[in-house]
Amino acid sequence: MTTARTARRLSLPGPLRDLDRRRRNQLILGVVLVLAIVYPLVYRTLEAALPFLPWPGTAVLIVCSTFAILALGLNIVMGFAGLLDLGYVAFYAIGAYTTAFLASGHFGIHISWWIVVWIAVAIAALWGVLLGAPTLRLRGDYLAIVTLGFGEIVRIVFRNLGDVTLALPAFLGGAVLIGPNANLTGGNVGINPIDPPTIPLPWGGEIVFSNQNPVGSFYLILALLILTYFICIRLRDSKLGRAWMAIREDETAAAAMGINTVTTKLLAFSLGASFSGFAGAFTGAYQTAIFAESFNFAVSILVVVIIILGGIGSLRGVVIGAFAVQYVNLTLLAWASQYVNPPVQALGNATGIGLLREFNLVTFNYLIFGIVLAVMMVRRPEGLFPVEHAKAEMHGIGVSAEVTASSADELSLAEGDLVEAEPDSVAEAALKADTPPETIRKRDLPEDTP
Amino acid sequence: MTAPAANPATTSSGDDLLVAVDCTKRFGGLLAVSDVDFSIPRGSIASLIGPNGAGKTTFFNMITGLYVPTTGSIKFDGTELTGRKPHEVVRLGIGRTFQNIRLFGNMTAEENVLVGLHHTLKGRWWQAILRPKSIIEEEAAALDRALALLDLVGLKKRAKTLARNLPYGDQRRLEIARALATEPKLLLLDEPTAGMNPEETRQLMDFVRTLRTSLGLTILLIEHDMKVVMGISDRVTVLDHGEKISEGTPDQVRADPRVIEAYLGRGAASVAGGGAEAGAEA
Repeated sequence: MTTARTARRLSLPGPLRDLDRRRRNQLILGVVLVLAIVYPLVYRTLEAALPFLPWPGTAVLIVCSTFAILALGLNIVMGFAGLLDLGYVAFYAIGAYTTAFLASGHFGIHISWWIVVWIAVAIAALWGVLLGAPTLRLRGDYLAIVTLGFGEIVRIVFRNLGDVTLALPAFLGGAVLIGPNANLTGGNVGINPIDPPTIPLPWGGEIVFSNQNPVGSFYLILALLILTYFICIRLRDSKLGRAWMAIREDETAAAAMGINTVTTKLLAFSLGASFSGFAGAFTGAYQTAIFAESFNFAVSILVVVIIILGGIGSLRGVVIGAFAVQYVNLTLLAWASQYVNPPVQALGNATGIGLLREFNLVTFNYLIFGIVLAVMMVRRPEGLFPVEHAKAEMHGIGVSAEVTASSADELSLAEGDLVEAEPDSVAEAALKADTPPETIRKRDLPEDTP
Repeated sequence: MTAPAANPATTSSGDDLLVAVDCTKRFGGLLAVSDVDFSIPRGSIASLIGPNGAGKTTFFNMITGLYVPTTGSIKFDGTELTGRKPHEVVRLGIGRTFQNIRLFGNMTAEENVLVGLHHTLKGRWWQAILRPKSIIEEEAAALDRALALLDLVGLKKRAKTLARNLPYGDQRRLEIARALATEPKLLLLDEPTAGMNPEETRQLMDFVRTLRTSLGLTILLIEHDMKVVMGISDRVTVLDHGEKISEGTPDQVRADPRVIEAYLGRGAASVAGGGAEAGAEA
């Protein structure tokens, strides 16, 4: 991401155009934030005025924001550290269930959500370490399979622990340790109701951030998203962020630079998981009910799709990707189906083809995402809003230009352009900077060789 | 001269930075390195040479912690290296480059060097989020240091270029800058001149010499090309088929019939040996 990189506090005072670009991006960010804050207030008016347009409801924006947090978390694991994780939903579920256990009538524990959320984050991070520790030697496909299994196991465990009886065998006394028929997780029915976050008002009453109050809840999740985004920027621009990227690029070389690859990858897993726990804690409390089956494999895949679509490694890209994917999923398809469904169904009735008779565009959402993803892989593999290096990697931008422009570039660059280092460096004489490009060119062009 | 003769260059001076004793590495039935004794005097430029497949890189990887020796021990500055992980070896003060360049291609030259500085930075991850003054200062100092190192290898103006977009020679130099960033006492260069023409090779060797004099580094070069190391090394060790076949000053090694045999084949020794000796005397 060019802009955030130039906006880095510690980067060199770049040319003026970079400053301009930074200003421009600050402006865009400000406008987007203002729009986000104003939109829920004027949404009803807009919809009433222009009812034929697909306006997203506030509840849809809440789902978008939640998935943006999930995508930012997975982006740490996949985008920064390069570890493919297909079971990311597990930490989302762990965050949500932690909230449900500690803030509902299920166990009769009612801790304030503002405290519970941090417990949920910590427990999700802990599970990130527990999953990461034994799987660190795995890479690529193997890691993907293990994490996929973990995601499914967590869901099934939460579903099945609704009716638990754990007793010692008869020859050991047969004492019942858990149960009989203990309901630990609510099983298929889930846990309902969960205490939503509340803020007491000085003049009595309170603000409740549940689905009964989507506007207030949207502001809460927006604040959480901004916090997450901010943390991601700081992590990316730190030595930890560089270590993650080094591991992604070449793990052996990273270790040879003194990076402890084990702890660095564990940190990626646990920090990524903690964001998921964050999102889970919000979702559980906002919906005031959770069900194991809603934390299925499709959620993991959707978050991966968001990251790839938005631009893997790009913070801005994955946030925009989350809003785009969930907007299409929840609003645009439903809106389009009112125009698409009737003619297709009519065609089905006329021809007697059952598939067309019961056609509903909304149910084709995953097919559509699949097609979009396939097209993206061919046309724009770096994503919609890629980081700079991904663009270069996918399209080979700048490679040849860099080599040939090398010596000319050196002449045109003013001496004091960059930070002053020791002016008479020891190797200045030994290594003339302009020779290698010359010789490379000679070697690369066959007609130059005698 | 059938066995390496005892001479001042091979006798340990007592101040060796790295001492390897009886190092053996076996991969299943393959004996890659066999009973090698090896030491590098502090402040010297030592070279490990041998034909392709002689076990040079295996030996190198035992020093850097990628392989654990099957038997034997390697001590660095009095600390046992065997069994240590690569990142621990780096932190003890051994920096390295790779035979086939292994830069972080999608990171800029500056970022590559900053990664090399990783273990010298004290900041923890939560400090990265809160970014107190100490972290801001540390990062600013690290950036200054990275740019100074890039300047040292003549790449200051390439700081913002992605490593993968650098010309080949620049990539080699960036690798050295990145290795220097780890603040090594011993710098291991694995075939640093591979793919370079004679002029570039000469420049690089001049630069390596400068590193020793100006930074006080001890340097171990790995080469399969004898010519490269002859002019620069204080001591040359020759491996062939995993065994040390010769050790000494460049002139001694050049004159050793076993070395000539290893490089040129049996029968060449008598012909070329005389020539090499004549050259050494001249």
